Amino acid sequence: MDPSTMIRVSTEMSDQEGDPRLGPISMRFEDVSVTFHGRTAIRDVAFEVPKNKVTSLIGPSGSGKTTLLRAINRLHDLTKGAVVSGSIRLGDTDIYKGGIPATLLRTRVGMVFQRPNPFPTMSIFDNVVSGLRFNGIRKKSVLEEAAESALVAAALWDSVSNRLKAHASTLSGGEQQRLCIARALAVEPEVLLMDEPTSSLDPISMRLIEELLGELKSRVTIVIVTHNMQQAARVSDLCAFFLMGNDRAGEQIEVAPTKKLFSEPDDPRTLDYIQGRFG
Amino acid sequence: MTMGVIEGIPPDPILERREMVQRVARKTLDRRILISRGMVGLCGVALLLALVPLFAILYSLLQKGIRWWNLDFFTKVPQFPSLIDPNAIGGVSNAIIGSLVIDGIAALFAIPIGIVAGLFLAESSSKFSSMLRTTAEIMTGLPSILLGIFAYQMIVIGFDEWGVKLPGIGFSGIAGSFAIGVLMIPVIMKASETALRGVPAPIREAGLALGARRSVIARKVVIPTALPGLITAVLLAFSRAVGETAPILWVIGASNIVEWSPRKEMASMPLQIFQSATSPYVALREEAWGIALFLVFVVLVINLGSRLFAAWLQRERR
Repeated sequence: MDPSTMIRVSTEMSDQEGDPRLGPISMRFEDVSVTFHGRTAIRDVAFEVPKNKVTSLIGPSGSGKTTLLRAINRLHDLTKGAVVSGSIRLGDTDIYKGGIPATLLRTRVGMVFQRPNPFPTMSIFDNVVSGLRFNGIRKKSVLEEAAESALVAAALWDSVSNRLKAHASTLSGGEQQRLCIARALAVEPEVLLMDEPTSSLDPISMRLIEELLGELKSRVTIVIVTHNMQQAARVSDLCAFFLMGNDRAGEQIEVAPTKKLFSEPDDPRTLDYIQGRFG
Repeated sequence: MTMGVIEGIPPDPILERREMVQRVARKTLDRRILISRGMVGLCGVALLLALVPLFAILYSLLQKGIRWWNLDFFTKVPQFPSLIDPNAIGGVSNAIIGSLVIDGIAALFAIPIGIVAGLFLAESSSKFSSMLRTTAEIMTGLPSILLGIFAYQMIVIGFDEWGVKLPGIGFSGIAGSFAIGVLMIPVIMKASETALRGVPAPIREAGLALGARRSVIARKVVIPTALPGLITAVLLAFSRAVGETAPILWVIGASNIVEWSPRKEMASMPLQIFQSATSPYVALREEAWGIALFLVFVVLVINLGSRLFAAWLQRERR
């Protein structure tokens, strides 16, 4: 590679350490609040997301987990009346103030949604490389290489390598969701956001994806919203717990390494929530 | 080996691809933004081109028509101007009342038929329903003057074929209502089918799962849920029908007095515009602008009213 074209896209904050047990950090929230038409959906979020780890966001409905997740990808930009305040830093970039175009940010922060949403008119291959094509990458060899790499990473390569031209809708629900993961991975984002990615899937597909997360984190930092606390306990390294406050706005209650949060949480409300579900 | 890569360790294809994607995305961003702006610009131009004639029409209508709106215009019947007073042309109350009666009767039978047929299209998946749908689609595209001929044959002259004998009743408001109503039915049918189909299947299924008959679900669940859409469908069809001229052109006859009875010959606004605009008197020709403006005003009020009402209904239910 020509040295002059080398661009530093590494996002390590080598001078900043989060929880020492979890290593370098990838993202940092400072006083992050999201309001819709003046009504606060979540407020004062402040914690650090460790690099190449899985961070889970848990809490009851209305606690603002998904709202926070969508803020990282700047999806609220498209919602009229939505305001994100505070700062979300990805590496050296403040994603709301750094003047970074949302489209570029989204190549660095991928997202997988609750329901599998492959593009219905595209083939499996076209789905996987769609992010690359949207961003101006046309070279066939590059696309093929990226598609294989992403499909292998999403544990889908073996079952679809011989029918890449087939329509995405021919896949089962679980396969479609893994296709969506592959599609998000193909642009090699630094962070992958997942909004309850297994809630519409059967238990076997769910387990497959959970196992996948453990392998994917060497490649990408993962932030996952889940309603399923066992899932959070199984897959995540760091866990952030949110509750809805008295004014119906979500609040961050506790952020801790998953083991600690599930065994000896500092906040009694965390214990109540965990026990209520497990009890 | 290149800079940034330690000797002996193979380059990480994932990091390389990440850098490549970022580089290409950054490089093509400016071009993509430029294309995007260009496209938005084109959309703006297209929008402007579409709006220019609309505003030109509204402007000339207002400019030439508003001065005819006075008490006489709404309360008197037409009269021919004399040499002494070339502006003594009376009003068009006969046409306003005529339109009200003709379109009112048309709506009275077209709305129930249209909605029930729309419900059938939305709820049934039989061969007959798809045939009916195709027929309705073709009918919405039918030149409206054909409906005028149809009404002329059926109502004005009378029907006498295949052993069926229906006496004609001559030029009359009811013949106009028939033509306008037949015109409205397929429009209401299609629009209410769309509105009724918008009711999510799980809501229907929730009713079925409770043991309700489909007719009960339609009455108690589907129609109330789709009501805002149905109201919009009906009023839009009505506002379209109000302005139709061709279907009534040779079936309602003419009347220079205020006529409330639909069995008699009547006047109507679209026809009055035509007659005034082709009259030899300057004042009458100019007055046509006033009638045209009033017609547009009525259509606008129905349109806006239906939208506001549907929006209000939608909000009330939250």
